[in-house]
Amino acid sequence: MKSLYSSAALSASLLLATAGLAAPPKETISDGVVKIGVLTDMSGVYSTLGGKGTQVGVEMAVKDFGGKVLGKPIVVIGADHQNKADIASAKAREWFDNEKVDMITGLLNSGCALAVQKLGGDKKRITMNTGAASTELTNGAWTPYSIHYVYDTYALGKVTGQAVVQTGGKSWFFITADYAFGQSLEGNTSLFVKKLGGKVVGSVRHPLSSADFSSYLLQAQASGAQIIGLANAGGDTINAIKQAKEFGIGQKGQKLVGLLIFDTDIKSLGLNVAQGMQFTSGFYWDRDEATRAFAKRFFAIHKAMPTMDQAGAYSATMNYLKAIKLAGTDDPDAVMAKLKSMDISDFFAVHGKIRVDGRMVHDMYLMEVKKPSESKGEWDLLKIVKTVSGDEAFMPLSESTCPAVKK
Amino acid sequence: MNRFVWLALLALGLLAPFAVYPVFMMKLLCFALFAAAFNLLLGYTGLLSFGHAAFFGGAAYVTGHLVKNLGLTPELGVLAGTLFAGLLGYLVGSLAIRRQGIYFAMVTLALAQIVYFLALKLPFTGGEDGLQGIPRGLLFGVIDLNRHVTVGGTPLPLALYYFTFALFCLGFGIIYRAIHSPFGQVLKAIRENEPRARSLGYKVERFKLIAFVLSSALAGMAGAMKCLIFQLASLTDVSWHTSGEVVLMTLLGGVGTVLGPAAGAFTVVTLQSQLTMVGPWITVIIGGIFVVCVLVFRRGFVGELGRLLRRSL
Repeated sequence: MKSLYSSAALSASLLLATAGLAAPPKETISDGVVKIGVLTDMSGVYSTLGGKGTQVGVEMAVKDFGGKVLGKPIVVIGADHQNKADIASAKAREWFDNEKVDMITGLLNSGCALAVQKLGGDKKRITMNTGAASTELTNGAWTPYSIHYVYDTYALGKVTGQAVVQTGGKSWFFITADYAFGQSLEGNTSLFVKKLGGKVVGSVRHPLSSADFSSYLLQAQASGAQIIGLANAGGDTINAIKQAKEFGIGQKGQKLVGLLIFDTDIKSLGLNVAQGMQFTSGFYWDRDEATRAFAKRFFAIHKAMPTMDQAGAYSATMNYLKAIKLAGTDDPDAVMAKLKSMDISDFFAVHGKIRVDGRMVHDMYLMEVKKPSESKGEWDLLKIVKTVSGDEAFMPLSESTCPAVKK
Repeated sequence: MNRFVWLALLALGLLAPFAVYPVFMMKLLCFALFAAAFNLLLGYTGLLSFGHAAFFGGAAYVTGHLVKNLGLTPELGVLAGTLFAGLLGYLVGSLAIRRQGIYFAMVTLALAQIVYFLALKLPFTGGEDGLQGIPRGLLFGVIDLNRHVTVGGTPLPLALYYFTFALFCLGFGIIYRAIHSPFGQVLKAIRENEPRARSLGYKVERFKLIAFVLSSALAGMAGAMKCLIFQLASLTDVSWHTSGEVVLMTLLGGVGTVLGPAAGAFTVVTLQSQLTMVGPWITVIIGGIFVVCVLVFRRGFVGELGRLLRRSL
């Protein structure tokens, strides 16, 4: 009798086990809610190119997805990290510990991004970086839960650097924002400039959010370099370009090259000041029907066209939610596995792929600012000069120092 | 003060992590100790230092570097950070106390800016990014400070909290003893009337210097704690904003009271964390509160309360 029971129990458990294998994984959402945190610069030099607009992008994605995933609600919260790594890390820690945030996106400012990504790795939460640029995020600072979605300093430096050197800009002087991002951008661009036979005659570093660039610009002018490379972003780039105009730089053979420029920067500079400038971007709203359709809806809410950070935040959120649906759970390991195996195709990226190092590889665009006479509308600012495929633009895995890349 | 009040505060501190988010509570304790250390100088010796962030942040960097790159245990890291801040305090103090009033403040500010510059430029500090990913490590090589104890479904970092709380009590106890000792009486005498203290035969410079070193070392201890809690030492810790913030905390709570700086630190830090949603307005709101306090509570919250109760708190 006893043996009958035990054999019955055994076969029953075997049956259950095979049933468990055959059935799709159980639909589970931790804490009964998927919470997405938008942690970015909401008030400082980067707030126009990211800021509230990034949160708008995320909220639009959640709404378009239907507000629910696997029958559980999706909640979006936002906070301002004020470009300070300690505030960013404290806020992210609180979100992970207390607010049950499953994924953090935005993360403009590489210093903040590095801090939050590290914390995400410790706490097993996903970080989808759309704002920051440092290549360190996919190399030394890589975690199994980190994704770098939109662009990085390698791609910016490579595409812009090559284009400028090939049209004769051989000697460079850098004005660099003094933190992870600026240093990374300067380093990567210098590499390509030198590779193509150009030379770097000097560089000067300025603190984040400087108001006065005159001394840096005078140094750049005195250096005699053909190209003054601006390895900074947002308000800093705008200030530098405006003040350069006042110093008459650009009229005597020297040329300014912004290495990271967003549509919103061009908007506030005006086409008169910015015309003819070339730079690299991961997204432009006026590329095709799909981007225009998204941009129109975005504009209706935010009253500005989306930058690559803001559009990227939409796309990142959308694909994160898709991956949860496909994986049948919001378990970070399962979701990451899905994200890295699925094809990322939407208005933002054409057949994008998330590599093992967390780098989302997609097309990059060499842009040029239109002349005022070419512009047909308030936001008709840029034209795409060249489309560079992702494999060509981004750092190949063979050069990566990411611990997940096997060599 | 009444023994029961102290016991109640102690019990409150021990039970706090079960009610309040522990990391936030630990941040409060750090800034409370920082402000209390600062108050030893401003409130009891009458010296307004405008460079205390140098000790707070300097110790954070030193502790962070030693723990992260040389693998020191956290208690040795905190000790090293505290000693470093004390030494730095000795250097800054011996220069600064030669001057009075506004000149004293300017000297401390100038020297603190040098420390800020070093934190920005030295190779191990990480520049604008700060020193990131500092491990919490094993206390005495045994207790894992990262360990979370699950209470009622939420994991709480109790080991780290009680380590922080113990350090806070130690620091606060030292300050309390210093204030209520003959040494503290001499400091108060110097604050009230320096020439008279000198004429009574006290070596005023030496007392000032000891107070300065003690204050900077304890500020350093607070900074070292903060770097272990947040696993990060950043430029914010050494910037002059932090120096200004600690003045604000001390004045809000009540300068020259034992509990005032802690109360001020609690108020400012709580406001800062609760008001993150309002963005840049936060400084305006805190500034407004400060103006109201200066107009209405000239002695700070605790100072006014003490006057109502007719006792020193």
